This record gives sequence, structure tokens and C-alpha cells, in this order.
Amino acid sequence: MAVLVIVEHDGQRLKPGVTNTIAAAAKMGGDVTVLVAGHQCSAAADAAARVAGVKRVLLCDAPHYAGAGAENLAALVVSMAPQYTHIVAPASGFGKNFMPRVAAQLDVQQVSDISAVESPDTFVRPIYAGNALQTVQSSDKIKVVTVRATAFDPAGDAATPAPIENLAPVADTGLTQFLGQELSKSERPELTAARIIVSGGRGMGSSENFKILEALADKLGAAVGASRAAVDSGFVPNDYQVGQTGKIVAPELYIAVGISGAIQHLAGMKDSKVIVAINKDAEAPIFSVASYWLVEDLFKAVPELTAKL
Amino acid sequence: MKVLVTVKRVIDPYVKVRVKSDGTGVETANVKMTINPFCEIAVEQAVRMKEAGTVTEIVAVSIGVQQCQETLRTAMAMGADRGILVDAPADVQPLAVAKLLKAIVEKEQPKLVIVGKQAIDDDSNQTGQMLAALLNWPQSAFTSKIEVHGDAADVTREIDGGLEKLAIKLPAVVTTDLRLNEPRYVTLPNIMKAKKKPLEVIKPEALGVDITSRLKILRVDEPPKRNAGVKVADVAELIAKLKNEARVI
Repeated sequence: MAVLVIVEHDGQRLKPGVTNTIAAAAKMGGDVTVLVAGHQCSAAADAAARVAGVKRVLLCDAPHYAGAGAENLAALVVSMAPQYTHIVAPASGFGKNFMPRVAAQLDVQQVSDISAVESPDTFVRPIYAGNALQTVQSSDKIKVVTVRATAFDPAGDAATPAPIENLAPVADTGLTQFLGQELSKSERPELTAARIIVSGGRGMGSSENFKILEALADKLGAAVGASRAAVDSGFVPNDYQVGQTGKIVAPELYIAVGISGAIQHLAGMKDSKVIVAINKDAEAPIFSVASYWLVEDLFKAVPELTAKL
Repeated sequence: MKVLVTVKRVIDPYVKVRVKSDGTGVETANVKMTINPFCEIAVEQAVRMKEAGTVTEIVAVSIGVQQCQETLRTAMAMGADRGILVDAPADVQPLAVAKLLKAIVEKEQPKLVIVGKQAIDDDSNQTGQMLAALLNWPQSAFTSKIEVHGDAADVTREIDGGLEKLAIKLPAVVTTDLRLNEPRYVTLPNIMKAKKKPLEVIKPEALGVDITSRLKILRVDEPPKRNAGVKVADVAELIAKLKNEARVI
């Protein structure tokens, strides 16, 4: 058996969740080869070589892999596929975008967003926003799998770095042209990598009011998240969204403020180690998953919490 | 131009799903069903593009049991011109769905296919990207903005750290994210009108597609329950618990 992991990176560093994905891949059996594709990304390849469990790193550097466009990245992975039994990537926006394309081109039914590896062909995955867990067995020759990073512990550092080999690019498909990215700028940790997350919901009432959450987050060194209701109301950008259709997070501490606890939000955070809920509604469903809950007006409780920490 | 939109019939997202006691799946008998929210956004987008004059015809496609005709009627009440139901079991897996859609695309020749990014039942998030791959078309997954200019489109996609802009050639497959639009409510006169719109029913065999499942579902379980939490009286008690009991701050 041989496993290929496609790594998400920013050219310099590996993105959060990559080392967890490598740890999940190692459980599938066989040697783990890592593909770092991008433009001017040799630093990311160096970082990948230092992850425990990686046997070798393939570096494919070409302008048409900048931005990790689905069409070109899938074409590259498909060209490599015959040498592997498993093709694995994180179930982040990156992996969700190109992996189904790889699977379809290989005539494989992908297994999305796995939370456990039972055997080389059997995986567990959450369905219905995590309200049920499905165990599936793949009959395809090559398994194409995306990994829910929060369900796996990250791989550690390798004692000695794995060798890095250069890989020739395949031709540009020319189907899409990358125009650019507008990334949210923040000094705070990334949501999917943060140890502590402070999240706000519809109860925040306005974009302006999110400042009191930011003050709390800065005191704790936390990331700021939001429920879909807060995103839909236009309080914060979509990349803040935690939930079934947003980011899946599992920090050590998740503080939910003014969030009622819709199924779709719980799906994104209920695996957090400790959950604190602050809501003035004593019947809010969020309390059913909270480790500690406080029934109080958030506009009183949050500033007080920030001041007393 | 002609647009194809896809609609899936799913358990209403506000219904609490129950895992069957025999572990074979979730309970669907006597459960409220609805159009998948992301598919609704796909239909709305096509209708807005038709209202803006970019689109001339909207064909809605659903794959599943006979009751999916209701889902197609909803799409037609929103503004789709006609419907196609591929009469198949409810649990057709995404690769087979993409193959069925490819066959319909080859027949209908749309210039744009708009698909929901994810169905809220199996949460696979695959069909649109798979369809694009099978057709060798460009894709824009998780789209929050589409501007069509002749044979190309500028699209904005939601990515983990913010937004991404792409120029894509048409024909293409677009999958919808939440902020693409806010779907309209269907009105009674439009529901009545939708009943008269054409709805074709076809069998997968007629499209020459093998829909055999590649993934065998061994069992479906309840997720582990969280331990019951503790109500705290005030902020001071909360801080004490987090410091001394949970030891997370």
C-alpha cells in the first residue's frame, strides 16, 4: 500500500490541519508520500519533510499551481494516481474543492470528511451535521479520502527530514484563470488552529458589538468565530463561520456568546474540549452541549469577563 | 443561454434526525422533507439571471424517488421553466449522480450548471466538482458571486481565509455558497402556475448510467453524547471553573 497526501500550504508554511491529515493517512497503512504543489513553495516542502511519518516529499513548482486551482491540481494528482492505493487531503476549503475532481476522473466514489480510519478500506464519517456517524467500506481500487482534521491528533516532528524530490508539472488546463485573493487580515490565530475561540451569534446584534468579543479574544489570545446567523446578518465575513457549512473546529476552549445553538452551528464546534455558553435565554439549545453555561445578558457578562481575566 | 440547476430532496434541516435502532440509517418515515437549502440558492441564482436577461431557459433536475417531483415543482414555482426527474433510489451516491447529470447535460447542452455546494443530509460536497471533472469543464465551487460576460464568467469563491476571484470559461459548473443570494418565498399563484409546467420522468438506464453504490454503508451510529454541563451563577464562578476545574485558561 502507498498513500499520497496532498498538502495545503501558503508557499512558506503548512496550513492548520495538514499534520493531522498526515497522521490520519499513516493509519491507512503503507508509506506516506506528500505532494507539495504550488508556485515558489520550496519552504513549504521543507516544512512537510519535517513531519513525522512522511517518507518522501514531492515538490511540484509551477506558476499554474499558484492558488491551488482545482482543475490543474486535480490533473496533476490524477497523473500520479496509479502509483498509490490512497489519495488523501484535508477536508478544508482546499481539499473540498479539488478532491472530488480527482475522484471523478479516476472513476472513484470519494469518502468525504472522515473522522476515523477503521481499516485500509473502511472509514467513519459524520452525516446530518454530525447527528449520525456513518461507517462506509469502499470497493474502489484507489481510495480518495478527505480528512476532518479535528478528529485526528497532529503528527509530530520527524527525527530526520524526509527526502525532497522535484516533480515535473503537467500541462496547464487553461480552464480557469486565477485573478486573486482577498484574505481577511488578522493578528489573531486562525480559527482552525486556535487553542481558544470566542464566537458570537445573532445575539451580538451588530457588527460594532463584535468589538467586545474581540477584546475578550485578545485577552485570551483567541480566534474570533461566528454562527451562520451572525454571518447572514452581515455582522462578520463568511470566513468567520463555524458550523456544518462553515469551518469545523475543536479547540481546547470554545466560548459561545449570544449563540442559540442551531443544529448547523453545533455541527461545527461540539467536539471542542470545553464549551462555555453565555446567553440570556435560559432555554437556549447551546446549553445542551455546554460544559459551563451562564444565563446572563452578554453585554454585561462579556466585558466583565474581559476585565476579570 | 440555457442553465441547468439541480435540486435534491432532503430531510428538513430544522428537524432533529434520529438514527434507526437497527443501525441501518436515519429515520425518514413521516419526517418533513424539503428542498436542500443550497439547491434553493442555485435555483434562485438561475431565476435572477433570467430576470436580468442573461438566461433564457432554466431546466431543473432532481434525482431520486417519485416524491422528488414535489421538489421540482418548488423549483418551478421559484421560476424554473421545466423539470426532469431521474427516477432512482433515494441513496444514489455522488459519483453516480454526477454521471447521470453528465448524460443530461449532453442532451440539454446548457452553458452553465448551478449546483448546491453540499446536501445537508450526507454532507458529501462532491457532486458539482465531479460533474465538472466528467465534462472536463471549469468549476467554481463555493461561489458567492457570478458575473457572466459572453463566453466567460468572473466568479468570487468563498475560501478558508477570505475570498478568491477567478475568470472561468463557459460552459462551466458553479456550486453555491450561502452568500450568493437569499432565495425568494414561493407565492400561491406561482405554485399553481408551476403545476402546469412540463415535468419529464426518465430512468437511469435510459441515460446509460450504472448507479451501483461504490461505498457500502456498514452501519450508522449515534454520535457520542457530551457529558452534562454545569450552570454557573456569575462571571466569577465561570472564571474559577475554567481555571481550577477545566484548567484551560
